[in-house]
Amino acid sequence: MWLELDNVVRRFGQRSAVDGLSLQLAKGSIGCLLGPSGCGKTTALRAIAGFEPIDAGEIRAHGRVLSRPGFTAAPEHRRIGMVFQDYALFPHLTVLENVAFGLHRLPQQARRPRALEMLSIVGLSEYVARHPHQLSGGQQQRVALARALAPEPELVLLDEPFSSLDVELRERLSAEVRAVLKSLNATALLVTHDQQEAFAVADLVGVMKEGKLEQWDTSYELYHRPSTRFVADFIGQGVFVRGEVIEPGTFRTDVGVVRANGTHWDAGEEVDLLLRPDDVVHDDASELRAEVCQRAFRGADFLYTLKMPNGTQLLSLVPSHHNHAIGEHIGVRIEPDHVIAFKRR
Amino acid sequence: MATPASNRYASERSPRILAGGLALALCIPALAPLIVIGFAAVSPDAEIWSHLARFVLPEVASNTLMLVISVAVIGGMLGTSLAWLTAMCEFPGRRFFEWALLLPLAVPAYVLAFVAVGFLDYSGPLQTALRGTFGSSVWVPPIRSLGGAAMVLSLATYPYVYLLARSAFLTQGRRALEAAQALGYSRSQASWKVALPMARPWIFAGIALTAMETLADFGAVYIFNTRTFTTAIYGAWFGMRSVTTALQLAGVLMVFVLIVFVIERRSRASAAFASARDMTRGSPRFELSSTGRVAAACFAGLIFAIGFALPIVQLAIWAIERIGDLDSRYFGFVSRSLLLAGSAAFMIVSCSVLLAYIQRRLPSRFSQAVIRLATLGYAIPGAVLAVGVIVPIIFLSNALQDLLRTWFGAGAPTIMFQGTLLAVLLGYLARFLAVGFNPVESGLQRITKSVDEAAISLGVTGAALLRRVHMPLLKTSLATAATLVFVDVMKEMPITLIVRPFGWDTLAVRVFEMTAEGEWERAALPAVAIVLVGLVPVAMLTRRGAHVA
Repeated sequence: MWLELDNVVRRFGQRSAVDGLSLQLAKGSIGCLLGPSGCGKTTALRAIAGFEPIDAGEIRAHGRVLSRPGFTAAPEHRRIGMVFQDYALFPHLTVLENVAFGLHRLPQQARRPRALEMLSIVGLSEYVARHPHQLSGGQQQRVALARALAPEPELVLLDEPFSSLDVELRERLSAEVRAVLKSLNATALLVTHDQQEAFAVADLVGVMKEGKLEQWDTSYELYHRPSTRFVADFIGQGVFVRGEVIEPGTFRTDVGVVRANGTHWDAGEEVDLLLRPDDVVHDDASELRAEVCQRAFRGADFLYTLKMPNGTQLLSLVPSHHNHAIGEHIGVRIEPDHVIAFKRR
Repeated sequence: MATPASNRYASERSPRILAGGLALALCIPALAPLIVIGFAAVSPDAEIWSHLARFVLPEVASNTLMLVISVAVIGGMLGTSLAWLTAMCEFPGRRFFEWALLLPLAVPAYVLAFVAVGFLDYSGPLQTALRGTFGSSVWVPPIRSLGGAAMVLSLATYPYVYLLARSAFLTQGRRALEAAQALGYSRSQASWKVALPMARPWIFAGIALTAMETLADFGAVYIFNTRTFTTAIYGAWFGMRSVTTALQLAGVLMVFVLIVFVIERRSRASAAFASARDMTRGSPRFELSSTGRVAAACFAGLIFAIGFALPIVQLAIWAIERIGDLDSRYFGFVSRSLLLAGSAAFMIVSCSVLLAYIQRRLPSRFSQAVIRLATLGYAIPGAVLAVGVIVPIIFLSNALQDLLRTWFGAGAPTIMFQGTLLAVLLGYLARFLAVGFNPVESGLQRITKSVDEAAISLGVTGAALLRRVHMPLLKTSLATAATLVFVDVMKEMPITLIVRPFGWDTLAVRVFEMTAEGEWERAALPAVAIVLVGLVPVAMLTRRGAHVA
């Protein structure tokens, strides 16, 4: 494994910002730590970079120890590049000089070609002579990426790399960043609180909560097979409803009977079922009627908030030609492809 | 482990303690006067107090209070109204007055004072001309009076109010006016109800600065024969040779200063709280009526004329009359001033850099507190600091002398730290540390932690990091800090006067001596040099202002 974290703990006073974090990242893959602010993801990233010591556990990069309690290899010796949230470009240097800044190990005449090559990879060849303040936010971000990648680090860390960009640019740049990282076969770990960003860039995503890693998986698995209630809630939208298992694969819930395949629940167990908006299907023929409480038009579809007969509110994703007014009663079917359920607490 | 490992996080305690100790050592010259004066303020000497309370304090305290109040009122009104006109209205010459109204900052109050007295006094050109026209019975209000001092100090210090109020109006005024107008107020109603109250913290902060300058002023009140605390301290020192009296007076003055200082800090705090970003774009300026336009231009022109233009012309005339004074003696004053200002700038900027790096790399509550206290010196009148510097220095040299006596007997070499250049420089450090430290600190703060970390993650650390990242980025801040200290020292009067080695006359001292003898014309030539140097920071200020706008 290229990067290994083994039960890493980082405490600030009494509080553990990172609390027993373990994960592995293979060469050439892109990982992401995802979580709400204050979950410890940035501290974890800084510990990997070597800017924070660790209080327990071990951080290794292809076998050699980078950090363990009482020992922190200096950041400059780790061969780890970093893209900072505020980019941290050097304001007194041009774009080219910024990218060439970390190339002091190369012979003098090799530095400029290497910096130019990196800038052409990120598509900024025309801006080499500019200063950072003359660039747009997105361009600055790409300079920061080129600068971090130029010395060919073994690992690149990206700290909320898109957070200061507007939404539209964020989507485009996250695809671009992924393409650049993949074209160089770089190993990378990013940190973000935005799941769209995590899904767009990373191969593997870890959801963090209060310093702990809840699940380390592909985005598909996180959405469809969340292993904890927190992950289920944090990833995607959905509503939990109370239910009881009548027989394996059939649940009696507050909003009616729900059937789903491949579950391991035994009859009589009490569970909370997660119903995603795409599990609640609009069907005029259905006997189950629900009242439209809120509607959000999103172009291709509507996201309706529906009030079920017993008062429970569900989300439903409906193609946009089904235009219903607030207060109208519409027929729905609850049809999860596979059920996400957790034992009632 | 292939690469050398450092263990920089293992023990940060001892370097932090060391750094705190270094900070304390650097700040001792600035802290000692505070301690001495503070001690004097809380331990009154009964005998001296009864003398002071009977003969000195009533006059001195009422003069000082009257002066501060009149300068606060006049300077506050001048500054606020001019700021309003240039920020919110359009009138002929508005662009020129925007920066020209700051120019009085370049002229020390004592220079404006002696020009005013020299021009307006009985033997001055104005009264001579009046007598020539109307005969000798013509009545003129007494010039060398508290009223005269208040006028001059108001003209010299209104730019502080002007500067702060103007930036308040520019950054929030017009946008706030639009909001008020959208709620149904007329523009002039909105001005009184919204823009002026919103700018109040800034205006108060500016007025507090004028009050602080007034409390600190020595040269101007001396010329106007108005006895205030600073001149009384000087008198106690040179007239009565009484250190204790000077200390007691300094202690009382410090109470005044403290009150104003607290007001200033509070206003600043609420100003920071109320400040908003990027409000510069707003609706167009007020349309004044044609009479209004002329009146505005005349008002701004009048203040500019009597606060800067006319005094400068008068200075130039006198300087040319006495151009013969431009001899080797004059160059002696110049070179001594330059030497003192240059060494003070070097010393204070070096100190500031060290302190700023301690604060950045090894911060502790202790070093933070030490630096805070040490940079308070800028609020303290020079006359007070001079006494506060001399007392510990005398104590120190006496103690050392006694020690040498016990070792070598009567043949011991004589130790005299007082009246040395070192003592003067320590006085400057106490007064101007904040002037150097603030730009260095804010320059260093602009280099964010992640910039450092970016360099480190790219393998650039230690001295290379300083050389390749910090120095290029700090260059301007260091130059600014050095310039500001340099100019302040050139203009400084009371510390130089009280602490300097005997006969070590600088430009400011020369101005003092000539004005003390009423030789206004001969004071002009050294004053011109001081004003020219004083223009540098004002130019820097207006250029930065233009950058913002």
